[in-house]
Amino acid sequence: MPRTLASAIIASRTRQKAVEGEICRVRVDFAFANDITAPPAVRSFRKMGAKKVFDPARCAILPDHFTPNKDIASAEQAKTAREFALEQGMLYWEQGRVGIEHAFLPEKGLILPGEVVTGADSHTCTGGTLGAFATGMGSTDLAAVWALGETWLRVPETIRIVFEGRRPPWISGKDLILEVLRRIGVQGARYRALEFGGPAVKDLPLDDRFTVANMAVETGAKTGLFVPDETSLAYASARAARPFAPVYPDSGAGYVETHEIDVGGLQPLVALPHIPSNVRPAAECGKDPIHQVFIGSCTNGRLRDLEQAALLLKGRQVHPSVRCIVIPASPEIFRAALERDFITAFTDAGAVVCTPTCGPCLGGHMGVLAGGERCVSTSNRNFKGRMGHPGSEVILAGPLVAAASALKGRITDPREILSEEEFQPLEVASDA
Amino acid sequence: MRENIRGKAWVFANDVDTDVIIPARYLVTDNPEELGAHCMEGIDPDFSSTFTRGDIIVAGENFGCGSSREHAPVALMGAGCACVIAASFARIFYRNSINVGLPIFEAPDAARSISRGDEIEIRSSEGRIINTTTGESWNFPPFPDFLQDLIESGGLIPWVRSELEGRG
Ligand code: SF4
Repeated sequence: MPRTLASAIIASRTRQKAVEGEICRVRVDFAFANDITAPPAVRSFRKMGAKKVFDPARCAILPDHFTPNKDIASAEQAKTAREFALEQGMLYWEQGRVGIEHAFLPEKGLILPGEVVTGADSHTCTGGTLGAFATGMGSTDLAAVWALGETWLRVPETIRIVFEGRRPPWISGKDLILEVLRRIGVQGARYRALEFGGPAVKDLPLDDRFTVANMAVETGAKTGLFVPDETSLAYASARAARPFAPVYPDSGAGYVETHEIDVGGLQPLVALPHIPSNVRPAAECGKDPIHQVFIGSCTNGRLRDLEQAALLLKGRQVHPSVRCIVIPASPEIFRAALERDFITAFTDAGAVVCTPTCGPCLGGHMGVLAGGERCVSTSNRNFKGRMGHPGSEVILAGPLVAAASALKGRITDPREILSEEEFQPLEVASDA
Repeated sequence: MRENIRGKAWVFANDVDTDVIIPARYLVTDNPEELGAHCMEGIDPDFSSTFTRGDIIVAGENFGCGSSREHAPVALMGAGCACVIAASFARIFYRNSINVGLPIFEAPDAARSISRGDEIEIRSSEGRIINTTTGESWNFPPFPDFLQDLIESGGLIPWVRSELEGRG
């Protein structure tokens, strides 16, 4: 039976047939948690009577959510997480060396093509960019993986998304995935996997692919997979922390649905409150003032994203009534942004630049919203109260729209700031 | 096998997300009672003061979408929620609920028909949901065998414990 990428990867890690719909016991290559999800995982691990994680080099804890610790309670959580990691000899990095898990782990070569990866965080699906069946789960599930080195997975049916046409430089991965959300909605892929392909993927920088796979979970999907190609294999090979074997879908595999998207016809998009599928062209949404812009998160805190934001912010000034907060997603990205003078461009423009953390994305710290405030954010969720007060609003956008909006003080199509020729520098893929 | 459940229904729409079930700002604890005190306050600020232990939540499609926080089913249990009946569940929430022992029932017809305040009875062994206020009733499908085993062994924690014992 020809297999989709999702079922082919699961089949390579189970003794069962792995037909779609079947629940399989699956060997896991890598399993991680963060400072919020690790403490309950530690407690479950102990209740399971487990003594040792299955392989300390394949288990990790990343303190990235409420860190550097925002208050005493979060400091206690981070401490529980750290002490367990040290006790177990697992992978662990302190602040200053850690990044947001879904940006940082691929950089460290810890999520690799053909693997099954589980994380106690819903955006674990980001790892699908590299052709790993990477999926989020809760803390107790993760504890079970730490204890056993395996988990149960229902082999999902797959929806294929085909990106066609030629992508203009003002269209980014965020616009692509927002268009997917506009079409299939927040539960269009519930219990299913997404597989992204098509001719427009070849020239899609890896950082943009990470953005696309990151928001697969916003469609309800278990994971969002890109088939490994030269770009992703070169990245993975240069960084791999262990040997890996990429897995590919079979030709003739059956997909439950196929959606074709002409990326040449897209406009810069936003998702209005309070659901990520409430997608509109940015150009149509600029009526009301905004109070904050956040450029960062596991969705859009990578170098390519900062390059896009810098193209707009360099030599210009953030609107006087807007707080613009920029947070590179990892130390490696922060350093590269320093070297390229993006950080100077941001601070000169009047933006705040913070150390890598999830921070405002989940209403944690470093940019929590007050009642009635509106924030254009490059993150992935605009649920009610996501970034603070239940009466605040979050508008999701890519880094170009976010930076343009920071300059104008309202939701803005970046072509209002730059002429189409001025986007030329973004034609060159710059994924580090 | 789970015991029968009886309780009063609270009805919610589609796509109730985990940020609404328990906002991230409260995730500095995993204590069920503390989490329960803030449960659903994003949709209904009076929820925790008016929801009574043993009440039932009924919702539309995709209940529990969003983050992987296990704190969501834990907060519902902390608030005293006896079970959730929904047209469908987001997948991580579904797993988490089974793992932490919050009973969930995927029953689209029941979810669409039940009104706020209806008295509901769930007879797990018969796979039946009964609206004792209106007299309507619906069947719900059994869990797949593997999950049934997991539920019957008391959830994921005891299941893993016996796996580990088996491995010696
Ligand atoms: S950046 Fe936001 S979405 Fe990503 S892992 Fe952190 S809190 Fe979650």
